[in-house]
Amino acid sequence: MDRFLRQAWIKPAVFVLCLGPLAWLAWRGLSGGLGANPIEAVIRYLGDWALRFILIALAVTPFRKITGWNALARWRRMLGLFAFAYVVLHFMSYVGLDQFFDWGAIGREIVKRRYITLGMVAVVLLVPLALTSTNAMMKRLGGKRWQALHRLVYVIAPLGVAHHWMMVKKDITEPMIHAAILALLLGWRVAALVRHNGGDSTVRASSCAAPCSSPPSS
Amino acid sequence: MLIRTGTDIRSSEVTDRSLWLDRRRFLALGAAGALALSGVPAHAASLSTVRGKFAADEPLTPMKDVTTYTNFYELGTDKSDPAQLAPSYFTKVKPWSVAVEGECAKPATLGYEDLIKPHQLEERIYRMRCVEAWSMVIPWVGVPLGDILRRFEPSSKAKYVVFTTLQDPERLPGQRRAILDWPYVEALRMDEAMHPLTLLAVGLYGEELLPQNGAPIRLVVPWKYGFKGIKSIVGIRFTETPPRTAWMKAAAREYGFYANVNPAVDHPRWSQASERRIGEFLKRKTLPFNGYAEQVASLYSGMDLAVNY
Repeated sequence: MDRFLRQAWIKPAVFVLCLGPLAWLAWRGLSGGLGANPIEAVIRYLGDWALRFILIALAVTPFRKITGWNALARWRRMLGLFAFAYVVLHFMSYVGLDQFFDWGAIGREIVKRRYITLGMVAVVLLVPLALTSTNAMMKRLGGKRWQALHRLVYVIAPLGVAHHWMMVKKDITEPMIHAAILALLLGWRVAALVRHNGGDSTVRASSCAAPCSSPPSS
Repeated sequence: MLIRTGTDIRSSEVTDRSLWLDRRRFLALGAAGALALSGVPAHAASLSTVRGKFAADEPLTPMKDVTTYTNFYELGTDKSDPAQLAPSYFTKVKPWSVAVEGECAKPATLGYEDLIKPHQLEERIYRMRCVEAWSMVIPWVGVPLGDILRRFEPSSKAKYVVFTTLQDPERLPGQRRAILDWPYVEALRMDEAMHPLTLLAVGLYGEELLPQNGAPIRLVVPWKYGFKGIKSIVGIRFTETPPRTAWMKAAAREYGFYANVNPAVDHPRWSQASERRIGEFLKRKTLPFNGYAEQVASLYSGMDLAVNY
């Protein structure tokens, strides 16, 4: 399987697959399939996929470790950038479609509505991660610092889940599912860290995603 | 790409698009279908009505939007759920009966016909403002609630009217999950209930209510947020004290007893200053009492509406 995943055409195929949700949205928009409140539908749809891609990107390393399909590591940056892209589209649809660039109102909302505050913080925190996603930036920062910076995703992902949870009116089924998946993905990392500290070498420092350097002083 | 679309669209273009869609529907469904969708009441009207007072002079929200974008958690929490689930669950609406009880001289349980038939059905075109900051203009068909309530001769102890939705997880599968404390309960103060604007609706667009809109009998209180408009009513009770409504039990800080449309009092999580009229691109300013202040503001004189939200 790992060999299959290493074939040259697979990564472009995953890229196209990641564009799928956007294409589906465009098709629904053009065919009038967004329902009575298309603006709300667009914002929620993009927000859902932003959150899903964050979780997908976070799932790469645990999944890779468990299956041994190391080829998956090649997709991680791309999936992370797709998460960023969907987050930006979600944010811009809020700014442009929902608020129609009413910056005063947007500013007031960000300050006043806690779920929007959290969402906004998540967007801002994602920017440095996207900017430092190139090979050149990775080199410039150096592995350790780059890795430390990109651990911000462990803050961003809970912010995203909380943002969704707090905006839901009553039925919290979906946010709970997201939270459970996130807890699983973060829990796996904590377990990996504990195992690592216990002398088990299944998690190597070179694996980047699992928090290995500067372990807590437990 | 999306942003560019946003800046480019003017409201005039949105209107054009909806016309274009209507033309598509016209082609797809034939003349009869298009007439039904565009709201011409003449032909398909299964209800005989007279044009009532208080007709809002604003373009009607298309029937398709009114019947597919609804909050009715008993049929799912997504606004597209009720229209999708109703045909497989809430298939048989009638026979239907409503129990009228409590502080009144003539309590009775009446079948749908006995409750509604004695009255002349009116068409009332009302603005509907959802607490979620969207709105519609809907041609309801119904009877002034006060006319019906008077038949049961409420006593001087009757200070409130409490309404209850059907409890039936077979037909209302949303009730299988404890999202709200079922059955849904709503209430009005007696003077609100007797106000000539308050309607017990049995139809819209000249036809009987579809399940997703609260068949066969629902409440319409146009100056209050939509959630006060309890659907599929089976119980009406006159009481001396106000009940805790379903949404008050769920989140008292966010949903009060009065729930009067008020741009000055925000929902804790979002602004109520403006709203998106379904079918429009730009938001419009929300009016106090949803534009019915002239008729109803006096009901609340002397009350602090920020406290009594």
